[in-house]
Amino acid sequence: MNYLGLIINIFVSVAKTGNDRNAFTSFSCAEIRTLCGNWRESRQIDRSKASSLGKLSEARYRTMQFYSRRKKLIGNSQTEQLYGHCLQFYGQPPIENISLSEFETFAVDRLKLLKTVENLGVSYVKTSELYTKKLDAEFSNLNFPYKIEASTKDDRKPQTGPSEYEKRRKDHISHFILRLAYCQTEDLRRWFIQQEIDLFRYRFNHLPSKNIREFLQYNNLHYHTISIDKKKNLMDKLVTSSFAVSGSTVDCQDFYKVPFQDALDLVRTRKVYLNGGYVYIPHQDIVTIVLNDFRTRLSKALALTARSLPAVQSDERLQPLLNHLSHAYVGQDYSIQKSIGKISLEQIDPLSAKSYPLCMRQLHRGLRDSHHLRHGGRMQYGLFLKGIGLTLDQALQFWRSEFVKGKVDADKFDKAYAYSIRHMFGKEGKRTDYTPYSCMKVILSNPPSQGDQHGCPFRHSDPELLKQKLQSYKVSPSGISQILELVKGMHYQLACQKYFELTHSIEDSGFSLNHPNQYFMESQKLLGGPGAGVKVEVKREDNPATKPPNPSPHQTPGPGNLPQEVAAEITEDLDSFFQDA
Amino acid sequence: MTTADYDQASLPDLLPLYYRRLFPFSQYHRWLNYGGVTKNYFQNREFSFTLKDDIYVRYQSFSTQNELEKEMQKMNPYKIDIGAVYSHRPNQHNTVKSGSFQALEKELVFDIDMTDYDDVRSCCSGADICPKCWTLMTIAIRILDRALRDDFGFRHCLWVYSGRRGVHCWVCDEAARKLSVVARSAVAEYLSLVKGGDETVRKVVLSDPIHPFITESLTVVERYFSQYALLGQDILGSKEAVDKVLALLPEDILFLCYFQTEKNPEMRWDTLRSMAQDKRTTAKKGHYFEMEIMLQYCYPRLDVNVSKGVNHLLKSPFSVHPKTGRISVPIDLRELDRFDPFEVPTISLICEELDQPKTEEEQEDTMENENKKEAGERRKMRDYKRTSLAKYVKLFDNFLEGMAHSRKGEVLKNSQKHFPPPECQNETFDRPMYQCL
Repeated sequence: MNYLGLIINIFVSVAKTGNDRNAFTSFSCAEIRTLCGNWRESRQIDRSKASSLGKLSEARYRTMQFYSRRKKLIGNSQTEQLYGHCLQFYGQPPIENISLSEFETFAVDRLKLLKTVENLGVSYVKTSELYTKKLDAEFSNLNFPYKIEASTKDDRKPQTGPSEYEKRRKDHISHFILRLAYCQTEDLRRWFIQQEIDLFRYRFNHLPSKNIREFLQYNNLHYHTISIDKKKNLMDKLVTSSFAVSGSTVDCQDFYKVPFQDALDLVRTRKVYLNGGYVYIPHQDIVTIVLNDFRTRLSKALALTARSLPAVQSDERLQPLLNHLSHAYVGQDYSIQKSIGKISLEQIDPLSAKSYPLCMRQLHRGLRDSHHLRHGGRMQYGLFLKGIGLTLDQALQFWRSEFVKGKVDADKFDKAYAYSIRHMFGKEGKRTDYTPYSCMKVILSNPPSQGDQHGCPFRHSDPELLKQKLQSYKVSPSGISQILELVKGMHYQLACQKYFELTHSIEDSGFSLNHPNQYFMESQKLLGGPGAGVKVEVKREDNPATKPPNPSPHQTPGPGNLPQEVAAEITEDLDSFFQDA
Repeated sequence: MTTADYDQASLPDLLPLYYRRLFPFSQYHRWLNYGGVTKNYFQNREFSFTLKDDIYVRYQSFSTQNELEKEMQKMNPYKIDIGAVYSHRPNQHNTVKSGSFQALEKELVFDIDMTDYDDVRSCCSGADICPKCWTLMTIAIRILDRALRDDFGFRHCLWVYSGRRGVHCWVCDEAARKLSVVARSAVAEYLSLVKGGDETVRKVVLSDPIHPFITESLTVVERYFSQYALLGQDILGSKEAVDKVLALLPEDILFLCYFQTEKNPEMRWDTLRSMAQDKRTTAKKGHYFEMEIMLQYCYPRLDVNVSKGVNHLLKSPFSVHPKTGRISVPIDLRELDRFDPFEVPTISLICEELDQPKTEEEQEDTMENENKKEAGERRKMRDYKRTSLAKYVKLFDNFLEGMAHSRKGEVLKNSQKHFPPPECQNETFDRPMYQCL
């Protein structure tokens, strides 16, 4: 089966669950690493089954075993122990065999889960009911374990869908698969760690306290409790150290003595009593500590994973999937148009010269010149226009007026082309609200052929032609050679960034380019234009009372968009989202 | 008169003498070797030298004490900085695959610089210091040393006079050396109370609850406040100074009228203080403005960036300060209140002292040690002992002795982990194991 195509489809839809994060800078295909050592830890070799997959060499079998589906190992004591808790630190990699299709499904589902975690985390306060409800729903939809199921003990209740065991197994395996995909660059690692931490925190907070104790014990977190006498002695100090700790907290809860290195956030903000290198934490706060531990472990594991040399070079079954997983655009997808309706059609021509990235400028020029664009160009440019704020009506008018100047009359336009424009806006067919293409997508997929205007000029244009074009756009010779150098090094997005800097006469663009609409917005911001969009503060953890102001009334909530009252754009300060609450 | 006149131009003549006969190489090596517990710890340490004409060389490293000596005697550096212990020998860093050469460990360091207090000291500014404002350093050392010891559990903190206008702290505990960047930054943040630059007027903001660390720090400040701030700096004396203080107060306190009649600074302060206390008992929210004022005027101001980086280079103890000629000497915390930066020996002084004839005491010493060591070493040991540098080297020796003692204790503790004495088996976890003995 051509699962390559399947994966791309899956990831187009995954990328549409709008999220608001700018992730990584450009990296070319050449930089993509393949699999790493985790799977090598599984040493089981089943030679009897080796022949069933024909040509693959035995060396490959030592590292990965993927066979046709085996019977579930229910009752196997090792796996029972491994999945004895609904929450885990993912310390041990899976050592069983799974089929390729399960491999895919698990990975994709987890990625969907993590993206939901990201979106919800940006739009809602993480402890609010709405957040909980929505995340629970997602867990349930994707068959991940999230609460201690009472039904695991109650066998009389008929189980519909996968069992708790199966859910936990999926959780375990999918985590490790995503590690392979997300260990490759610093930005990927950071994103992955952040979402996994939020996920972990959510699940930990919903554990009943007995299970918390079990969890700590099981995972060798020897955070020892202090004696009652000692608590009494320290009462004053404990109460004055933390806003959350009162006399009754000290009386009723256990206090743990934790090395300060394991509780840095609490130390940094001076929210805890520190003595002799240990902090004293009430049971209610032990989650922060556990999270730090989790973060450290995961961070180390990912670094190890990345460093393990790609000895397992390109297993052709897995490399495409893992590549696509990590390429799934994790930045802002511009499906939420903040400046909708703010751009008028007359402004498009001047805007195209001032604020369009080179690819869109080229497309616009092509459209104006030949009064036509092919499908690839219509998609790339059309979605871009949607992203900068054109309404459906404006888009229809825009395209019609241009096409009509060419060989297409109004009727034909309405019959043939209008449909696809409405489709782009999610008004036809399965009504998916398509998102504007990211740079990654433009660069990597659908290369233009003769007569096409789409694609990324830095990637797809002949350097000589690119040079001429830049000259015609009055870019300085030194600027052009800088750009060409970057193109030679396959740093297409950096080249475009340089183009931005040169055309706006600034030294440093101040952002990492990964989306044409981002280019447009940044340019408009600089020039003070209408397309800059209104930035809205997202809710902070410590201010549950503040809500983001309502966005523009024109916004049409599509299936892929977040509900109106919570659509918000993050502030530029990305670091705050990588800190624990 | 204990300081000979120092002239920067004479450094090229003095430095060779200093490095040949006075610099305490043996102690220095003993320090940075840390008992030889970790392999190549000394060899992988980065040093940087600033040579004559401001030539700066980084990534210097040495295999042995001898090599260090020879090199320093050859180069006669004006300044010496100590960096991190790396994964490979720093002087071979170019041969290492890019990305593999990493800073692994370093002491946790703090740098307190008097210029950071310019907005709150009236006696001096910039690089100048005087006995009046030196109290700020005393306060800083007391507060930070207590915190590092009591709160963080660090036991080996070496405080060093920087040579001109500040002090450095080198926390040498093993746990400290192994701290990550994030951890160092957390420690520095914990210790920071004064925040904001020129545009911030109110740099200390306190709110409920007042953390024990702040309470402890205030206790130290209070000991010095009256003498240092009210009298020495006269912060409630002149109108200009008073205005600065009042700028930190909430608007509804009208002190101006009161200050028209009462001129005595201590009386003014008492009133200010009791008004603050009154406000606290009546208002719901805590008003801590008298504490905020004390902290803003006295609390240590440290540069977080110096402490954060594992690879950050900091001036070495026993290095010379080219502008003042003073040696960066360790500070004796037992005599902290008596420490006088203007009494710290300069390189010119100690070089001069070298030429002076031996005292009787030293002659006796010589005869005792005659048979014990090699002539060269004997001479060297005698040499610094003849100078004002002696007591500082002794201080350093004590510090090193303390660390050696700790290391022995650790070894003992570790061996007990495997064979705990029977009485300890039902031990509660919050007592360290070696207390069983």
